[in-house]
Amino acid sequence: MLTLTNLSFRADQHEIISNITASFPEGSFTVITGPNGGGKSTLARLIMGIEQPTAGTIHWNGTDITKFSISERSKLKIGYAFQQPPRFKGMSVKKLLTLAHGKPLTHEQCCEYLSAVGLCANDYLDRDVDQSLSGGEVKRIEIATLLARDLELAIFDEPEAGIDLWSFAKLVETFQQLHQNKKISILLISHQERIMKMADEIVVIENGKIAKRGARDEILPNLMQDFSACEFKK
Amino acid sequence: MQETDKALLAQIAGIRGFQPGTAFNLRQNGAGVERHSTQNVQIVNKSDQPGIDIHISSNTSGEEVHIPVILTQSGMNDLVYNDFYVGEGANVKIIAGCGIHNDGCDTSQHDGIHTFHIGKNARVTYIEKHYGEGEGSGKRILNPTTVIYMEEGSYLELDTVQIKGVDSTKRTTECYLQAEAKLMISERLMTHGKQSAISDVKVELNGVNSSVRIVSRSVGKEGSVQVFHPIAVGNERCRAHIQCDSILMDQAKISSIPEITANHVDAQIVHEAAIGKINSEQLIKLETFGLSEEEAEAVIIEGFLK
Repeated sequence: MLTLTNLSFRADQHEIISNITASFPEGSFTVITGPNGGGKSTLARLIMGIEQPTAGTIHWNGTDITKFSISERSKLKIGYAFQQPPRFKGMSVKKLLTLAHGKPLTHEQCCEYLSAVGLCANDYLDRDVDQSLSGGEVKRIEIATLLARDLELAIFDEPEAGIDLWSFAKLVETFQQLHQNKKISILLISHQERIMKMADEIVVIENGKIAKRGARDEILPNLMQDFSACEFKK
Repeated sequence: MQETDKALLAQIAGIRGFQPGTAFNLRQNGAGVERHSTQNVQIVNKSDQPGIDIHISSNTSGEEVHIPVILTQSGMNDLVYNDFYVGEGANVKIIAGCGIHNDGCDTSQHDGIHTFHIGKNARVTYIEKHYGEGEGSGKRILNPTTVIYMEEGSYLELDTVQIKGVDSTKRTTECYLQAEAKLMISERLMTHGKQSAISDVKVELNGVNSSVRIVSRSVGKEGSVQVFHPIAVGNERCRAHIQCDSILMDQAKISSIPEITANHVDAQIVHEAAIGKINSEQLIKLETFGLSEEEAEAVIIEGFLK
């Protein structure tokens, strides 16, 4: 169970996350959505420990992890897939997957993780995760690094961004399996209806606050009507 | 050979002594101590200056030539000239390198001047590793000069590595390429403490369709200083691509001063250089796998200098 209590984050005099309180039960699949700049990614980075909150607490399975480092949170089986994953000169796909896994991987395991994101291990394992790969390829490898881990909470920040239609269908299937077979709690930032349709629950973040939260069937039908780019039009 | 000598050899050449079936010349503390030629690779002393001539017969295929140098005597100042004559169509791997073990307070220095004459259509892989160790306060200095003449259609892969223990180095590389010659230079360097490294590389592309690719990766730690000065001159229809990437840490200083000249309308000369600290997102990414910041840093550097 992940519990956020009165969580806030300020940067440059702006309140990016404002007093968020929410719990996410074990094994739940939650899609976080909302307009750009609303604070979704910041919330994900706060949970992973990449940013430190200016107020509030984060509890994971009863432990206060607010002051825990990224690495300490990782050891508590929390994982995070970047929206824009970094590239590494001289780091092969196999090495990155092995680091994620924490111990040596067999070729079959690598195949399993890469196939799940629509990549062929024979083509990619020895390639470096550098500028020679396209944005979509790097993004899929990023998701594979989370599959290679033994996680209890997986956070994905817009995993569909930059991924082609064919690979997207495969990804949807992978998230479904991750949720159903492995019972991992998933927090997934997305704007895609197909992904939202898989969620148990949808949380709409707007202006750093939870604007709406509820079961998928309750939130999804009216979601688009609720968004407005301009405050004056509301 | 003593254990220290074997360990130095292992560091610079991946071997602990002569490998049967290969050509081998070991120079230790200013003198040749062991030599083995093969039918196709003849190693002979120079008559006019210290050093050796290595004659590789035409069409020699798949042979290895080891010419390591080790300095274990503190205060030794060694200057050597090694000339390689690679015959037409030969395909060989040459493994050089120098290791210094200095436990004393005097400076140990090795200046190796290597000249390559690479015949038509020959293919050569040349690996040169520099390494220093020892508890003494005496400096460990290596100043290699490499001059390369490449004939038509020849190919050379030049791979140089200096990762640890050399206090000061000035590396000079000069290359002259004829038509269709192809040169690949990979330079990897890490400095720390108060070390300094200067690398001057000059490539003249004199033949039609000659090409060079230089990839330089370096890491500067603590108070060390590095200066790179790559020069490419295109005198014919040719291609040159120079890429210098450096990771800067602590108080280290790194300069990259390129000089590219095109003297022909179809000469394509490109230089790219980037110097900066480790990208924080890379560190964060690896920390999300459970690595500490120090472990993440080490993994990034290891890959970068791979």
